[in-house]
Amino acid sequence: MNEARQALVEVRGLTKKFGGLVAVNQLDFSLRPGEILGLIGPNGSGKSTALKLVMGIEHPSKGSVLLDGVEAAGLPAHRIARMGVGLVFQHSRPLERQTVHENIMLGLLPDSLIKLRISKHIRERARDIAAQVGLEAVLERRPSTLPFADLRRLELAKAIARDPRIILIDEPFAGLTMAEAAVFSDLFAGFRRNGKAVLLVDHNVKSVAALVDRVIALYLGEKIAEGSAAEVMADETVRRVYLGGSIETAARPESSFADRETPLLDVRDLSVFYNKAQALEKVSLHVHRREFVSVIGINGAGKTTLFNAISGLLPYQGNILWQGAPLARVSPARIVRSGVVQCTETRDLFGEMSVRENLDMGGQHQSKAMADDRLAWLFDLFPILKSRQRQHAATLSGGEQQMLAIARALMTNPRLLILDEPTMGLAPIVLEQLSKALETLRQTTEITVLLGEQNVTFALPHADRVYVLDHARITWEGGPDRFAREAGSGYL
Amino acid sequence: MMPATLRTPQILTIAVIFAIATLLPLGVSGYVLGLLTVAYYFGVFSMAWDLLFGFANEVNFGPTFLVGLGAYTAGILDNRYGLPIPVCVALGTLAAVVGGVVLALPALRMSGPYFGLTTLVAVLLLQNLVIVFAGLTGGEIGLTVPDVISISGPVNYWIALAFMVASGSVLYVLSRSAAGLILQASGQDRIQAGALGFNVVKHKLFAFFVSALFSGLAGALLVFYLGTASVGTLIDITVGVQIIIAAILGGRRTIIGAAIGAIFLIAMAEALRSTGELATFIVSAIALLVVMLFPNGFMGMLSRRHR
Repeated sequence: MNEARQALVEVRGLTKKFGGLVAVNQLDFSLRPGEILGLIGPNGSGKSTALKLVMGIEHPSKGSVLLDGVEAAGLPAHRIARMGVGLVFQHSRPLERQTVHENIMLGLLPDSLIKLRISKHIRERARDIAAQVGLEAVLERRPSTLPFADLRRLELAKAIARDPRIILIDEPFAGLTMAEAAVFSDLFAGFRRNGKAVLLVDHNVKSVAALVDRVIALYLGEKIAEGSAAEVMADETVRRVYLGGSIETAARPESSFADRETPLLDVRDLSVFYNKAQALEKVSLHVHRREFVSVIGINGAGKTTLFNAISGLLPYQGNILWQGAPLARVSPARIVRSGVVQCTETRDLFGEMSVRENLDMGGQHQSKAMADDRLAWLFDLFPILKSRQRQHAATLSGGEQQMLAIARALMTNPRLLILDEPTMGLAPIVLEQLSKALETLRQTTEITVLLGEQNVTFALPHADRVYVLDHARITWEGGPDRFAREAGSGYL
Repeated sequence: MMPATLRTPQILTIAVIFAIATLLPLGVSGYVLGLLTVAYYFGVFSMAWDLLFGFANEVNFGPTFLVGLGAYTAGILDNRYGLPIPVCVALGTLAAVVGGVVLALPALRMSGPYFGLTTLVAVLLLQNLVIVFAGLTGGEIGLTVPDVISISGPVNYWIALAFMVASGSVLYVLSRSAAGLILQASGQDRIQAGALGFNVVKHKLFAFFVSALFSGLAGALLVFYLGTASVGTLIDITVGVQIIIAAILGGRRTIIGAAIGAIFLIAMAEALRSTGELATFIVSAIALLVVMLFPNGFMGMLSRRHR
């Protein structure tokens, strides 16, 4: 690294607010030519927002983004792109009716209304770029016929077509096999050799450690650590955010549950495919009546797929038994009415409805008296919702929205409550409130909970049993007390 | 050019069809010729609409707003001030373009369904203006346009045919050009198109400009063929629905398909005239079936067989 060279990207005091939510708060960082910087953080930490702010897809509320000394904050994306910034999107949406070659040429075209012909120079240049990223063999094919890794290559090709000096890459290795990831690593290292400034955004340090010169860790929109990959992994705050501190657990032994023979929920050899990609591979797990079970897994491990399969939203192979009876041909609506209620990762609130209306939607299938009873009980559990009854759900803070989502699910009087990453993007103080509410549920009601989390700190304290889901498979099962010792190292 | 352009057999097919269409006045009645003349102008309306829907990915619920502006401006100028036809047509086209751009500029900056809704409201607005200012526009009775381009049926037919072929060629080449590729990318994923360095609003606005140009021009020419302009034939929402159905029936993102769809619709309505009230129902049912079974329309059916 050449400290003397001027930074290509200089971010100072970058802040982005969405309503009441501060997604990025006073972020500072710089990026020099020939350097690869990793920007990491758990879900909702603001890393993707930071990326969008640099590219101009979102406009900062405050702060400055200097690109080679020129202020770019607030400019539209196409202006920033022309200043030499390229973004490799995580999800690719190529033009399906055009060939790979044409898709790459798109990245090379001038922003002109009257240019009708694609010049020979552009065609040849597109061919060169395809060769650079390993697409030369599929030039005349349509994107829909390509394997996943080639679609990622196509995104990469488009982003580097204009020869940007600064390359932003969102989740560089998501969905790639080890061998493919190695090839992409070499490509990124090649950018560094050519003096480009590269920003990699990912969930954890581990996945980018071998490649990056420096890492910045974000949590709740703020920088919590900066340094080499090893330094950041050893950092106390980072470890606490990803692994939690010392945890007191209060697990009840599995033998204490009455329904040992026929568990309330019994998932056997569940496999789910999205086209060619396998999202779940022979997953088996069970949950007893009144039990609290946590499924721990990083992003993309398959948690949401598992829950959606249970809720009847996806086709699957294998068996899901609810009180001993298969759910395979039961409609999602009937599954909910039979008592399996999911609180999704995205919360799915009715944003334009008031808090009270959202809750009333959950109480639709009950008598008025029962619904009123439950409402009173829920306002006890989440007092803040009582004072916010008339407010639109969309204007609540992230934590309040999560509480509302859980409360709405509880309004339906579920027997099994499935919580998919309730902690996403929430502040520690809110986590504590949520944690207390879950403990109250566990102590005072008959309810059964299946919790999916990547936040280990949150998932362990209430759990009676823990499963670890990793790359579509269950890799570990046991009590929460044994987790940190036996399975914790994979979560930095 | 790009591989998506026409291949030799296709060019031959088109040449044969064009030759037959040109020679048609020798063999068919004046009545059929008159129907086809109108159908060709509707073909242009539909092709101009497909540029917005198929490529810019914007649903314009008000194609007749642009058509009506062109037609009524030209018609009023002729009726009131007796300006020469070319001047009326030029000013009518200009009115459609200005009206279209004024409408699109704020609407395109909004995301979600607002663009479509804005265009829908614009049609109602224009329709009411025509009725309110009946003294100028002829109101519900309609506007008489004293001049016509020609009194000869075949001449009117050839003008309409040439106009449709010319408009179709321009729109087709544009849609398959480098600029058309950027327009498609802007329509599919405006965030990514922006990150690739393209000014999405500029490209979509240009598409709207071109669409308005051809819609207005076709509308203005049509009144000088019909000799009248009325809300029911040029502005009403149902006319707009016809234009939209024709484009979808013919095949989205094909330009040429839209013209085929428009001719098909008018031909079907005529062929089923003997069924009376039932005609509209049957045509609608056919349209529904085609859209459900072949979402890519007539052109989709053809290209599937080719591949």
